[in-house]
Amino acid sequence: MIAVAVRQAPFSIDAALAPLEALGGGAIASFVGLVRGDDAVETLTLEHYPGMTEAALRRLAEEAAARWSLLGATIIHRVGPLRRGERIVLVAACAPHRRDALDACAYLIDRLKTDAPFWKRETRGEEASWVEARAADDDAAERWR
Amino acid sequence: MTLTILYFAWVRERIGASEEAVDLPQAVATPRALAAWLAERSPGHRAALSDLARIRVAIDQEFADLDASIAGAREVAFFPPVTGG
Repeated sequence: MIAVAVRQAPFSIDAALAPLEALGGGAIASFVGLVRGDDAVETLTLEHYPGMTEAALRRLAEEAAARWSLLGATIIHRVGPLRRGERIVLVAACAPHRRDALDACAYLIDRLKTDAPFWKRETRGEEASWVEARAADDDAAERWR
Repeated sequence: MTLTILYFAWVRERIGASEEAVDLPQAVATPRALAAWLAERSPGHRAALSDLARIRVAIDQEFADLDASIAGAREVAFFPPVTGG
């Protein structure tokens, strides 16, 4: 089972994981990314490339499913304006055993950072700036190749 | 050949448009050549597309190299390195 979604509205973690729990596996690993609250950022606005984004996420989930023999994989990514502490992204992998689920989950978020067309814009008071890509994210994605 | 060009993030802001349709001269065969050709359109285009080290490209919604062929493409997008997740 592969499920990907790009949406503006908030998502429930329970609702996101429920379809994976129904697959009969013994393990689900999930990662949730939040808007960090530590550096005066008031709003984080996410832009994406409609069409290409969904295809890129689906491909990532399919690659993870094939590589770790997953029973299912889910990716949900929000777009639009988000406030401090809000959920941005959820990736989850369901497998018969924990090691495959954990590795696939790390793969999904590491590769999503470099392989899906999203851009973050931070607002601090009156100032807005586009977030710069980080070399550490490239390195994290590279170790899975 | 009519091509749809898309811009995202600060590339879009500098150009002041998210999308435009262009009739491409045959000599423009790669995203790198296309960026140079588009840069002549306005000061905003030039500001957005002059430093290609900061630009990434997709051809028909697939990430592509600046020197890839755009022959037969319907859509080319220019944008900064991605920052999702």
